[in-house]
Amino acid sequence: MPLSSADFSAIWLTLQLASLTTVILLIIGTPIALWLSRTRSWWRGPIGAVVALPLVLPPTVIGFYLLLTMGPNGYFGQFTQWLGLGTLTFSFAGLVMGSVIYSMPFVVQPLQNAFSAIGTRPLEVAATLRANPWDTFFSVILPLARPGFITASILGFAHTVGEFGVVLMIGGNIPNKTRVVSVQIYDHVEAMEYAQAHWLAGSMVVFSFLVLLALYSSRKTKAGWS
Amino acid sequence: MIEVRLQLKYSGFALDVDLQLPGRGVTALYGHSGSGKTTCLRCIAGLERAEEGFVQINDEVWQDSRKGLFLPPHKRALGYVFQEASLFPHLSVLANLEFGLKRIPRQQRRVDMAHATELLGIGHLLDRHPQHLSGGERQRIGIARALLTSPSLLLMDEPLAALDSKRKSEILPYLERLHDELEIPVLYVSHAQDEVARLADHIVLLSDGKALASGPIGETLARLDLPMALGDDAGVVINGTVCAYDEHYQLLTLQLPASQLQMRVAHAPLALGKQLRFKIQARDVSLSLQAEEHSSILNRLPVTVTQEIPADNAAHVLVSLDAAGTPLLARITRYSRDQLQLHPGQTLWAQIKAVAVLA
Repeated sequence: MPLSSADFSAIWLTLQLASLTTVILLIIGTPIALWLSRTRSWWRGPIGAVVALPLVLPPTVIGFYLLLTMGPNGYFGQFTQWLGLGTLTFSFAGLVMGSVIYSMPFVVQPLQNAFSAIGTRPLEVAATLRANPWDTFFSVILPLARPGFITASILGFAHTVGEFGVVLMIGGNIPNKTRVVSVQIYDHVEAMEYAQAHWLAGSMVVFSFLVLLALYSSRKTKAGWS
Repeated sequence: MIEVRLQLKYSGFALDVDLQLPGRGVTALYGHSGSGKTTCLRCIAGLERAEEGFVQINDEVWQDSRKGLFLPPHKRALGYVFQEASLFPHLSVLANLEFGLKRIPRQQRRVDMAHATELLGIGHLLDRHPQHLSGGERQRIGIARALLTSPSLLLMDEPLAALDSKRKSEILPYLERLHDELEIPVLYVSHAQDEVARLADHIVLLSDGKALASGPIGETLARLDLPMALGDDAGVVINGTVCAYDEHYQLLTLQLPASQLQMRVAHAPLALGKQLRFKIQARDVSLSLQAEEHSSILNRLPVTVTQEIPADNAAHVLVSLDAAGTPLLARITRYSRDQLQLHPGQTLWAQIKAVAVLA
């Protein structure tokens, strides 16, 4: 067996982390993207820039600040301690939080583009046909933005799988808790277990390729708005 | 009765109208692009919010800014037809039609699917997808979709403007049927005089965000103080009643409203008593002091001169006439005016060279 049980548990943990992160991001990213695509507010620029920050910042920077905020002396750490949850550093919950921030632009931006592409006309049409805003969201926006949701989910998931720096900064390297595939590969290499590293790294290459293949081949010519 | 008072300011544009419109029939909001007609319609629908506004459709008040009342569009019993049909691309034709219908409580439905599809001739398209339809078909579905919400008011924003003339003439008969068969009042935005002449009972002339005139179509088109009279296709619209048919010459005799005056037009036979709308262009009306019996011109009406103004070119004048209560316009040369010594109150004969039957 080329992959050890430690490798498998790292893979399992990674999949859990990526799935949970994607679900959370779809839930909180949708209203943010909707707001960014519709608002004429002055805040549109600053909020958009903050959401996009993880695209340009080194993961260590994000990890560093998260470590400080979530740590025992950070604001968020004190809040979680007050709630009786302890601190989130070096925990799976902490990893989820870090991933949500780190992968946010990969979910928000495709959604924002999809919502912008829909424009305001279909929403006006729905309103004149007696659909209230919630009804319009579910019966018009959601189906019309479906390609955007698919892209956002795939990118959010894949980007979380590929996360390394943030995890190492805030999660460390705890088996079954915070040791994801990327960290496991790092360990293998550190321990000169190149064969093990090869198998795991190779799997990542194949996985990522398949994900992107699915993404790009699903992008057919866009159905026009008529 | 429809009451609309709106005040709205953008940079470089202000809408300020106060309109009392009939609660039935078709009212055209007519004007050039930028005159504010679409903005006016959007404010009535609640798609845009006029800072100061009062909108009442028969018994329903949709906006009253003094009381802080503003119903969002989805709470207004309106149908809206956009310039582009704007069908939902993710839904079939049937699902598009049902979108509004299924959001209307059953007891409030006054237009059913069978009626709407028959009225607009779209029964054969229900399984199709919007992408596979012609522009004219899409617009008919857009109209049916709006009707199926059983609106108290149908708002149409240049529904024919995006179509070529062939598609236009394909849809116009359906719009006329709506007008004839449904009790729903319609506000129809247009910058095309031929559409307005054909469909509207009442016309509001908008310019720079203000209403220059609002009145019944026949009278308003004949007013010399409005810019429409100066246009090349200026003319009047008359609703005549069919009172005889000459089978041998295939001529239809029409009686002008509220008078004994009659006109004859070449037309297929029609039932007696039926209303027929026709247009007489100012340039097709000539004036003469005597009734010239020996002429190929079929229609001669005794008229009284009411007013006369210079036309848009120096050689012509525009004359408004009264034919026993029906207003007419004539565009004649200034030379002829002087020859006839034309003056208000003068009675003479109007010879009408051509009559365009509209519907």
